[in-house]
Amino acid sequence: MSNEPNKDLFVMAKDREDTSEKINRPSLTFWQDSWMRLRKNKGALFGMIVLILIVLMAIFGPIFSSHGLDDQDLSLSRMPPKVQGLENFSWLGLDGKNRETFEADTIELAEQRALARFQQPDTEFIEAEVKQEPNNETGELAVVEYAFDKYAAQGVDEYFWFGTDTLGRDLFTRVWLGTRISLLIALVAAFIDMLVGVAYGGISAYFGGRTDTIMQRIIEVLIGIPNLVVVILMIMILDPGIVAIIIALTITGWTGMARIVRGQVLKLKGQEFVLASRTLGASHTRILTKHLIPNTIGLIIINAMFTIPNAIFFEAFLSFIGLGLQAPDTSLGTLINDGFKALQVNPYIMIFPAIVMSLIMIGFNILADGLRDALDPKMRE
Amino acid sequence: MGKYIAKRAGYMLITLFIIATFSFILMKLLPGSPLTAEQKVTAAQRAIIEAKYGLDQPILIQYFKYIGNLVQGDLGVSFQLKNQPVTSILMAGVPVSAQLGIWALFIGTFFGMLLGLLASIKHNTIFDYGANIVSVLGISIPSFIFAGLLQYFVGVKWGLLPIAFWGTPEQMIMPIISLSIFPMAISSRFLRTEMIEVLGSDYMVTAKAKGVSNFALIFKHALRNALIPLITVMGPMAVSLMTGTLVIEQIFSVPGLGEQFTRGVLTNDYSIIMGTTLFFAFFFILVILIIDLLYGIVDPRIRLAGGDD
Amino acid sequence: MENILEVKNLHVSFDTYGGEVQAVRGVSFDLKKGETLAIVGESGSGKSVTTRALAKLIPSPPGRIKEGEILFEGKDLATLSEREMQKIRGKDISTIFQDPMTSLNPTMKIGTQVMEGLLKHNKISKKEARKRTLELLELVGLPEPEKRIDQYPHQFSGGQRQRIVIAIALACGPKILIADEPTTALDVTIQAQILELMKDIQKKVDSSIIFITHDLGVVANVADRVAVMYAGKIVEIGTADEIFYNPKHPYTWGLLGSMPTLDNEEESLIAIPGSPPDMLNPPIGDAFATRNEYAMEIDFVEQPPMFKVSDTHYAATWLLHEHAPKVEPPLAVQSRMKDNLHANVPEERKKEGDRS
Repeated sequence: MSNEPNKDLFVMAKDREDTSEKINRPSLTFWQDSWMRLRKNKGALFGMIVLILIVLMAIFGPIFSSHGLDDQDLSLSRMPPKVQGLENFSWLGLDGKNRETFEADTIELAEQRALARFQQPDTEFIEAEVKQEPNNETGELAVVEYAFDKYAAQGVDEYFWFGTDTLGRDLFTRVWLGTRISLLIALVAAFIDMLVGVAYGGISAYFGGRTDTIMQRIIEVLIGIPNLVVVILMIMILDPGIVAIIIALTITGWTGMARIVRGQVLKLKGQEFVLASRTLGASHTRILTKHLIPNTIGLIIINAMFTIPNAIFFEAFLSFIGLGLQAPDTSLGTLINDGFKALQVNPYIMIFPAIVMSLIMIGFNILADGLRDALDPKMRE
Repeated sequence: MGKYIAKRAGYMLITLFIIATFSFILMKLLPGSPLTAEQKVTAAQRAIIEAKYGLDQPILIQYFKYIGNLVQGDLGVSFQLKNQPVTSILMAGVPVSAQLGIWALFIGTFFGMLLGLLASIKHNTIFDYGANIVSVLGISIPSFIFAGLLQYFVGVKWGLLPIAFWGTPEQMIMPIISLSIFPMAISSRFLRTEMIEVLGSDYMVTAKAKGVSNFALIFKHALRNALIPLITVMGPMAVSLMTGTLVIEQIFSVPGLGEQFTRGVLTNDYSIIMGTTLFFAFFFILVILIIDLLYGIVDPRIRLAGGDD
Repeated sequence: MENILEVKNLHVSFDTYGGEVQAVRGVSFDLKKGETLAIVGESGSGKSVTTRALAKLIPSPPGRIKEGEILFEGKDLATLSEREMQKIRGKDISTIFQDPMTSLNPTMKIGTQVMEGLLKHNKISKKEARKRTLELLELVGLPEPEKRIDQYPHQFSGGQRQRIVIAIALACGPKILIADEPTTALDVTIQAQILELMKDIQKKVDSSIIFITHDLGVVANVADRVAVMYAGKIVEIGTADEIFYNPKHPYTWGLLGSMPTLDNEEESLIAIPGSPPDMLNPPIGDAFATRNEYAMEIDFVEQPPMFKVSDTHYAATWLLHEHAPKVEPPLAVQSRMKDNLHANVPEERKKEGDRS
């Protein structure tokens, strides 16, 4: 050996602290640990931020707007969206102008069509942009895009950020109020599902035996009934409204939660740490609150998070097939449905509520995915 | 296995029976009857009509008759379109809806599986993240919003495809695509998760240690094991296709079951609504039963567990 | 005897979110033709990773062979492409895995799984492959092979499944057979059966075997030579006799001391205190120093090199350095060393033991 070690070191080592058993990582509670992992998940974080913004807008949004929910003014119907400061970015479509492209043999003909379309006597408020000159030899048509400034034409000074609907109601106000209702329905439905499901599943599993068998038979039959069918039947008995929709969504909606809770509690009940606790004389309450509930809560939260977008979807779906909320109640579903009727001419009426709804659905789905990863103790490293 | 089928079929019958009873009670509770549409009916005429529909008999007799009719596939008569049995109205819509649904299922699962498979093989690459985003969007964005956007941009603004009706291939493209988004997203996501799990399992290492090529590893060993659980998402898929047809048919004016249903809702034609609902219930329960049985056939563990024990 | 495999300075690391986990840190050994080499060590010592690296079965990413050579028949396996490795895996080097419950494809008939390797590496017809498969199943002692060849894994018990896994590994008559704790996941009685089978096969086929285990009792039964691994390194290697009768490394003493014996009631087991180091940040000096009651100051400063005890026996401990104080293994281990012979070592080896 070239590097002969120091001779003095060949003495028995003094007692040192054995560091091999030392725990290097800080000890975290379940929630701290979950939160840490959720924070690392960019998708879930994005979903959470989007949801917080939407909830804030649903609560405070209508306050920013000077227009009420049902302020109808037919003279202000179908105003395109116009936002302060964004007027010069025409591609955003938030400059308060209706844009449409016309094709005709000559530019003049195209202009006549545009005037007829916008119901204007002259081109005072209409800007034209020729996209293609007509050409008689090749047979190419004139293609002209006209931008009609409805705000100027009607002398409107106000700004309708999301435009107005066919009855002249401000869409910005309506979209956020609709969001409020949709979220309310979804949250209440998810909460009831959770309450009933946890109680049913918990009782079924904790008592076991005959109780469990009977309760499971009932669930098996209920689960066989398609959700769609139940919802439609319930809506038909009850007068369509917020309460009816919530009842319809929850009447069999809790079965999924009940099954999950039952499965988890059954699994936990047989596990050694619960048996150990029981052997040591722990009371039912203690076992429930210290062992069973904390180990089930993650699953419950995750499942509830997936219930919410599902409820929002069903509410919108019901509006779509004519079984949803009736005027004057507004939800994202009714707004989108209204927007469809005017889709071909004024797409923005549908697009804004559709965007908000999609964002809510995406937000909840990715947040729930993230939570599933974060709360699953098996993933802890 | 036989015992298992019998048990499942038993549950199916109980469920159907409950739904049928429930809908009968509903029919009796709901305002209106086949007579409300008739404006001026004398008491004598009313009695004749009531006798004709058996409405003068005790409720229990009516109930048994109703159940008896159901068993024979008779769903009663439309409130609005007189003399038109509900069954024949529905049957007119079924082929169209089935065509739409099956195409959407086929296209959706095919592309979904392709996407999921590629994402799992290229796990943790940009391709995987892209596939993930696509499936999150597909699961989150409701089919009617997607249909609306498609209709506006492709149909109205760019004028590439007809925006309504059913029959020619051009007319079928947009409804089918709109409806196939959810099955695509869900099967892609599911297959990806399953594949990643299977690829990491011990028996894949055993196969690799035999010198099996990567291609055979994926297609001979992994894919089959990953595909079997995919059958479990067929249930949610069937439901999504059912709810999907209801709205998609309305948006694109496709003359299927969904359109019959929404027209029934608009005109308060309860017998059509009930008929469609019962049909959906029957269809759904049947699909779940078939999926259960299929699972038993495809997975040797279940197949033999049922046979031997 | 001729070396069939030479491993030189092998390093295997896993890249994780927390950093680089150095699972194997410079392992060198050779394997002679027809011999059985046992690799012993506690969980996480890197023994499985080492052998998986031999057939390049480390999932990559996150795992990678950082440096070192794996010389097999003149080829360095570490540098071979995946395609070239496929020709070697199963044919020249095959592996028996630990858990028979999970190491068979649940949706494929067991016959097909055995046949797969045969068809891949040999130019034979399906019929021949099936015939050969039946012979293999017979060889590993699976009852009624004709009837059972078309059954699925879940229809077999754990012991039977392990026999099937062994049949798969033996299919192409591999030159090197790696058995990665083949008995650990089984019941004790089944363990004995599988061990008997392994010994039986050892005689029938002329493969070299690398036998990984954490159970010294098993080692005494099957091994010609033993390598003791700790924290990603081989700390002592020698013939089975040398390791059992003349262990030099305190860790080997610990392992021997923690082995229960039947006939010594008054002696208690000696437990090795503490747990293996975190391979994310391996210690600077001897990785075993903090758990070692014979540790010297040098152990905390510098890693010990391999000291030669005899031509076949090497150990990596500073205790063998000329400057080191003379240390005898604990008395319990000394007597156990002798007791072990009578308790666990089979007849033929006992005689050899008496001679030394």
